[in-house]
Amino acid sequence: MPAPRIELLWWDGCPSHPRALADLREVLGELGLDPDAVSVREVATEADADAEEFVGSPTIRVNGRDIAPPRDEPTGLTCRIYRRRDGRVSPTPDPADLRDAIRAALHEEAA
Amino acid sequence: MTVAMGEAAPDFTLPDTDGDEQQLLVGAPATAIVFTCNHCPYALAWHDRLLDVARDYAPRGVRVVMVNPNDAERYPRDSADASRERVRSEGGWPAPYLLDERQEAALAYGAKTTPDVFVLDSAGILRYRGAPDSDYEAPRERALWLRDALDAVLAGEQPVPAETEPVGCSIKWKSGG
Repeated sequence: MPAPRIELLWWDGCPSHPRALADLREVLGELGLDPDAVSVREVATEADADAEEFVGSPTIRVNGRDIAPPRDEPTGLTCRIYRRRDGRVSPTPDPADLRDAIRAALHEEAA
Repeated sequence: MTVAMGEAAPDFTLPDTDGDEQQLLVGAPATAIVFTCNHCPYALAWHDRLLDVARDYAPRGVRVVMVNPNDAERYPRDSADASRERVRSEGGWPAPYLLDERQEAALAYGAKTTPDVFVLDSAGILRYRGAPDSDYEAPRERALWLRDALDAVLAGEQPVPAETEPVGCSIKWKSGG
């Protein structure tokens, strides 16, 4: 079974990506996947943000699908707002959401 | 030029979300100036804790001022209209929300992030600068570093620590920086 394609896009005006990457790698390890199999890419300009459909840092995609699909957020260089499962605002996604997104991708590939 | 620890901080007159001009410094026994904004998850995570500080210290005469320095043209969620609507939708704040549209105050204070906290004594001398507390994800921290700094200033003492590293989103400068 192929491993899902994991991407983390970040912008250096927001300090949250190291934490997001650490959480992501921990979840990958928990699921028996390679923690280093993450494509990490910097988004440095507004033009890059438009081209990447980047709505904020960090953005994490599994097989091209955003783990928290944006609604009507515009693309741009900004920090992204996530909600933890207990309702708190956070600069990084809830690890449980990361886990669920990767598990769903694994199930889709197994089906 | 940015304000240094132990030196007098500059005063500014800025509009609040109702369009009324307000001074940062009004002779309070202690003043906390918090550079913040509407769209940064760090600022939002700390927001309730900061408003609690404003409520808790108001009886002791402390002035807490929230200042939004971001370029609202590039970040419309930090516009005057969005800021006014935010305060209204939250039922009003216990601290004025001032709009630093020319970014003069943020530049003069050397603010780097949202949030970035500056505590001044009754003479307007900078006594603390940094984060509200050690963990944006831990409401139980209750903006402890800010509270400790205010307590020290009210007691006529120098806060310890006097400086911590501000944590948050970079201020969105009009120059694009």
